[in-house]
Amino acid sequence: MKIILRLAIFLIFLNSINLNCQSKIVKIKGGEYIPLYGRDSLMVTIDDFWIDVYPVTNKEYVDYVKKKPNWQRSKAIKLFVDESYLRDWQNDTLLNANQKLNSPITNISWFAAKSYCENQGKRLPTVDEWEYVAMANKTMPDARSLKNYNQFILSWYEKPKTFNQTIGSTFKNYWQVYDLHGLVWEWTSDFNSVLITGESRKDVDKDSNLFCGSAAINATDLMNYAAFMRYAIRGSLKAKYTMKNLGFRCVKDN
Amino acid sequence: MKFLKLVCLLFIVSLLVTSCKNESKQEIAIVDTANIYVKGTMDAELTSPPFVPAPVGNRSAKKLLVNMEIIEKEGTMTDGVQYLYWTFGGSVPGSFIRTRVGDLVEFTLSNHPDNKLPHNIDLHAVTGPGGGAESSFVAPGHEKTFSFKTLNPGLYVYHCATAPVGMHIANGMYGLILVEPEGGLPPVDKEYYIMQGDFYTKGATGERGLQPFDMTKAIKEDADYVVFNGAVNALTGDNAITANVGETVRLFVGNGGPNLTSSFHVIGEIFDNVHVEGGDLINKNVQTTSIPAGGAAIVDFKVEVPGTFILVDHAIFRAFNKGALGMLKVTGEEKKSLYSGVKQEGIYHPEGGTIQTMPETKETKEKVVAVVKEKSLLKKLKDGKQVYMNTCFACHQAEGQGIPNAFPPLAKSDYLNADVNRAIGIVLNGKTGEITVNGKKYNSVMTRQTLTEEEVADVMTYVYNSWGNNKTNVSIKMVQEVKNK
Repeated sequence: MKIILRLAIFLIFLNSINLNCQSKIVKIKGGEYIPLYGRDSLMVTIDDFWIDVYPVTNKEYVDYVKKKPNWQRSKAIKLFVDESYLRDWQNDTLLNANQKLNSPITNISWFAAKSYCENQGKRLPTVDEWEYVAMANKTMPDARSLKNYNQFILSWYEKPKTFNQTIGSTFKNYWQVYDLHGLVWEWTSDFNSVLITGESRKDVDKDSNLFCGSAAINATDLMNYAAFMRYAIRGSLKAKYTMKNLGFRCVKDN
Repeated sequence: MKFLKLVCLLFIVSLLVTSCKNESKQEIAIVDTANIYVKGTMDAELTSPPFVPAPVGNRSAKKLLVNMEIIEKEGTMTDGVQYLYWTFGGSVPGSFIRTRVGDLVEFTLSNHPDNKLPHNIDLHAVTGPGGGAESSFVAPGHEKTFSFKTLNPGLYVYHCATAPVGMHIANGMYGLILVEPEGGLPPVDKEYYIMQGDFYTKGATGERGLQPFDMTKAIKEDADYVVFNGAVNALTGDNAITANVGETVRLFVGNGGPNLTSSFHVIGEIFDNVHVEGGDLINKNVQTTSIPAGGAAIVDFKVEVPGTFILVDHAIFRAFNKGALGMLKVTGEEKKSLYSGVKQEGIYHPEGGTIQTMPETKETKEKVVAVVKEKSLLKKLKDGKQVYMNTCFACHQAEGQGIPNAFPPLAKSDYLNADVNRAIGIVLNGKTGEITVNGKKYNSVMTRQTLTEEEVADVMTYVYNSWGNNKTNVSIKMVQEVKNK
């Protein structure tokens, strides 16, 4: 009897988690695309996967560190976070008065983000997965050649402190995913796989056809410029870094 | 015996040879700036333009600590036009760095946590990969430190070199670093820091509001603003640089680009000395010096007579239509023996941001039907003043006093107050030919102003409500009626 009860409770619990997840995660149909740094010969294949509709919020992360004290500000291992980790919080488990519960969590390291996702049975998206979903606008899966798509992204750079906005405050894209552009930068699992060396112009010389090379060739292709910024920011990061403008979301395989 | 002689001879020759070698070695030792001994540590003084830190003078080479912060912030490009600048040290151009040859510069670059983007710095004074860019690539909320030895004296540009490089430069990420030679530069009375840059905005030149950067125009090198020190009027009026008659003035002039070469010229002065391209070569008695994008020049001259000397990019439409204009105000006693003339200050003021065309004799007029929303008088006066300062100020002057014999006054103007529709017509269509204002005859050209109806209403209301005029409130409807007549 007890066992059945336990099982029932467990099942209810499991279901609620599932329901909870399903409301916030959507399926992305895989496909092929050419990333910014690629050439025609460099098609990337994306398998089907699931992605969070919104970036992880302050509230979700507060709940997380309550459950996992080893990721609280004072306890996190210094190898995994820098000094700015959650620095705006009042203390280990309390947000600052001017931080909203449903704003994206920022000042978070790659290690912390990775661990959060893994705890949920998910993982961080790869650069290719992230870019694949983020190249959509409201109606098209690949809007990168559209002027207003790029202008929206570029104009974001001119809006200060967008990390204070709440999730869902930008547009819902073709895949029903919000806030890929216009809120905060987001961690990816392999953020530094496309290396900017710090000396962006030098990357031209490399065999890997990195973006500066293609910029020189397709200089009039405006789509590159918005995306450069993302590759530049990723290239400037180390896994323990945390930034006010950098959050994350998780993905899941089938 | 012969053998001995030979040995002797060889010995002497070898002595000569080695002594020669020694001499040449010494020479090399003197010019090898890599070996200049560094003694002591000091914090670098950093200054915002147009000011420069105190001369290095005769100090020994030191370890020089430079701390520079990157700040992305909104600023004013010209009246009514805002722009998001990316800055080194909070200003465009960035803080001036002054070093001497042989200094070991320890450079710390901090990227403010509120910033969105990673940045780095490429100092042309650095001998090393990327000019330091490779070692200084820094994410927001972080800082990087690297050091370099200043091997070559000269005036050098620094700039951000993060992808897309052009955009970082176009948003104002550049400045100058001076490496003084052994013993310093010859002393002068005044030193200033001026740097040209071209800017590309989504809206046309002078279009109001926060203007985003326009990549397409930047690629086409179609600049909306070409300015000194980051903004129109950064070096005019109250911001003008100054000197006294008889003083020597040295200008450290840089060109951040990203695209345009500067033909730097000071109207009414001849440069006594120009360090061509900021290097050792000194040219004398120069009228206009060419400063490439990403290059610099040091110019100096003695100011002999008082007056306002106008600094321009002598690619002259940039000066009068895109903002590349500054002022050096020299005060002191007149020297009639050098310059007698009837001086007129200010006729080289900018004509302003709007596009100007010549008066039209005939034009087809279309009826415009639009919903007109009238602004409050207060708002009109505020906006009207901006239009005035952009468009009318150059000829009619700050207090509407005009310029004798050239441009009629607007202050207490009988001509203006007599007929408001005629005045609106002149702003809309331009005016040529003789008119009489307050008893004086004027015969000049007023170009047709490309302003919106709203702007015309604003500026005319401002003029009518200033300087003792009859306080007419010009509505958009009045402007439309004149336009459609």
